[in-house]
Amino acid sequence: MLAVIRLRNLFAVVMLFGIYSFLAAALFVTLNAVDVAFTEAAVGAGIATFLMLSTLALTVRREKLRRKRSVIPLLVVTSIGATLVYGTFDMPYFSDPSAPLHSHVARHYIESSTAEVGVPNLVTAVLTSYRGYDTLGELTVIFTAGIGVLALLGYRKRGGKR
Amino acid sequence: MRPPIQPHNLVLRIAAKMLIPPILMFALYVQFHGETGPGGGFQAGVIFASAFVLYALVFGVGLARAVATERLLRVLASLGMLLYITVGMASLFSGANFLDYDVLAQERMEGQHLGIFLTELSIGITVAAVMMMIFFSFAERGVRP
Repeated sequence: MLAVIRLRNLFAVVMLFGIYSFLAAALFVTLNAVDVAFTEAAVGAGIATFLMLSTLALTVRREKLRRKRSVIPLLVVTSIGATLVYGTFDMPYFSDPSAPLHSHVARHYIESSTAEVGVPNLVTAVLTSYRGYDTLGELTVIFTAGIGVLALLGYRKRGGKR
Repeated sequence: MRPPIQPHNLVLRIAAKMLIPPILMFALYVQFHGETGPGGGFQAGVIFASAFVLYALVFGVGLARAVATERLLRVLASLGMLLYITVGMASLFSGANFLDYDVLAQERMEGQHLGIFLTELSIGITVAAVMMMIFFSFAERGVRP
């Protein structure tokens, strides 16, 4: 990650991000989160890297050097980071059995999803059945992203005819 | 995007030809096996789109565009959304909550299976179509004469 900050060649930065995504996917596999690892490998390392590369093909490959040092962005980033770190102090300790994650609905999902949904993959059961409304929202986000890209970049034919 | 790879690049073309059908098959496997194994609509859609991306990179955007036309992709992307909402509305009109799959079939389990199958399918369709749409709009932007 330090290399990503230091490098000026954006091509190398994109490649490093791809490698990072694959490492994250491997980490998820070791944590037994196969579904998340699958998504990370397919979306994070595959499509996202590819989309960034095609963006580079449209723009330039090297980052512009800026001589002027900007203080305000540094202040903003530092204060937001400090706030976020302060927020983590309230989070439950790692593998704390009384954490809300374990005591709220997760127990219900784990114990009764086989009886209520009858799907062997618990992740799919939660994603599409219990939390179907959220997934509809995610799908809407993707759909909107596609519309946005079309609105910004699309329609070569119509533009060419004009 | 760069211009398509020249015809003398034989190894790449043959390797791509051998790889694309397994990629499509694997995408369908991930799609329809998401209930029992890892995977689901999102991953399947991305993998399915990546096969088209590979084809377009090796054989040129124009040939890929012959199959995945702009109109088709737009229709598919909207169709997926429509299918998802239709499933939700179907359970709503059957007297249950929005996206409550229990009432979709006679048996409760069958309803759940049907609902999950249909929503995963709609996710896969929309994600694949949107990913291809984004890719093609980037790629065609690059080869503008």
